[in-house]
Amino acid sequence: MSDHHHQHPPSDPTLRVKALESLLVEKGLVDPAALDVLIDTYENKVGPRNGARVVARAWADPDYRQRLLIDATAAIAELDYSGRQGEDMVVLENTPTVHNMVVCTLCSCYPWPVLGLPPVWYKSAPYRSRAVLEPRAVLTEFGVHLPVTVEVRVWDSTAELRYLVLPMRPAGTEGWSEEQLAALVTRDAMIGTGLPLNPAEVPS
Amino acid sequence: MNGPHDLGGLHGLGPVQPESNEPVFHAAWERRAFAITLAMGAHGQWNLDQSRHARENTDPLTYLSQSYYEIWLRGLETLMRERGMVNEAEIQTRMAELSGGES
Repeated sequence: MSDHHHQHPPSDPTLRVKALESLLVEKGLVDPAALDVLIDTYENKVGPRNGARVVARAWADPDYRQRLLIDATAAIAELDYSGRQGEDMVVLENTPTVHNMVVCTLCSCYPWPVLGLPPVWYKSAPYRSRAVLEPRAVLTEFGVHLPVTVEVRVWDSTAELRYLVLPMRPAGTEGWSEEQLAALVTRDAMIGTGLPLNPAEVPS
Repeated sequence: MNGPHDLGGLHGLGPVQPESNEPVFHAAWERRAFAITLAMGAHGQWNLDQSRHARENTDPLTYLSQSYYEIWLRGLETLMRERGMVNEAEIQTRMAELSGGES
């Protein structure tokens, strides 16, 4: 806080970021090609489709499910998802009596390898403040209406520990392949602010 | 640290506003700010906790009025300034050069 001037939002982020990148490249501190790779990775390669494959595997394979619940980091790594912001994973199992929901009240901790970068609402003040105060009201706004008999558990992520919700497998999916099952798994279902799609809701 | 980022349980911050079919980034500069932050972190000059402290060590008005990547950018600039990697005068000069000599 030595220079108050810097505490204000940049007036023009576009120009400022351009200037910063140009300076850092000149100083040999960043390589523009490496920046392109990072952007491509998180914009196109890492995302909730990864987490959906984990969930689908757990639905289809009881042994995998057990491994996932016991040591999520290792079980997720079996599918080649690991690394930055997913070093220590915990999977939370939804049941007919327990619904899990994940937040990071302090910032934006989120399991990048399986869900990608968090959506804006997850990082926003309203979600972070209210998820722990009135989770059922927040769930209702997401269109999730749970019976009062279902206990809602809210998990506050930390820089060290990241959570993935394992939703319940929808009825009417007996005999489905993992690929078919994965199509039912939405990002929000793995955060706990949504439920998986029903077979009838799958776009053909 | 007790600071403006400690939002759990606060009242009055409004409704959650999910965006359908949300893009990963909302502007080209967000892509670059994200990647520069990760790339600079790889130099090992600061750890994750120091990054977070740099983002959160500000007044509530600034913290709550900045967008996510504006907060990241401010935090990164603070960390780099503290270590003498980039200073504000350099940024201003380069911005003027890039915008065609007008500041």
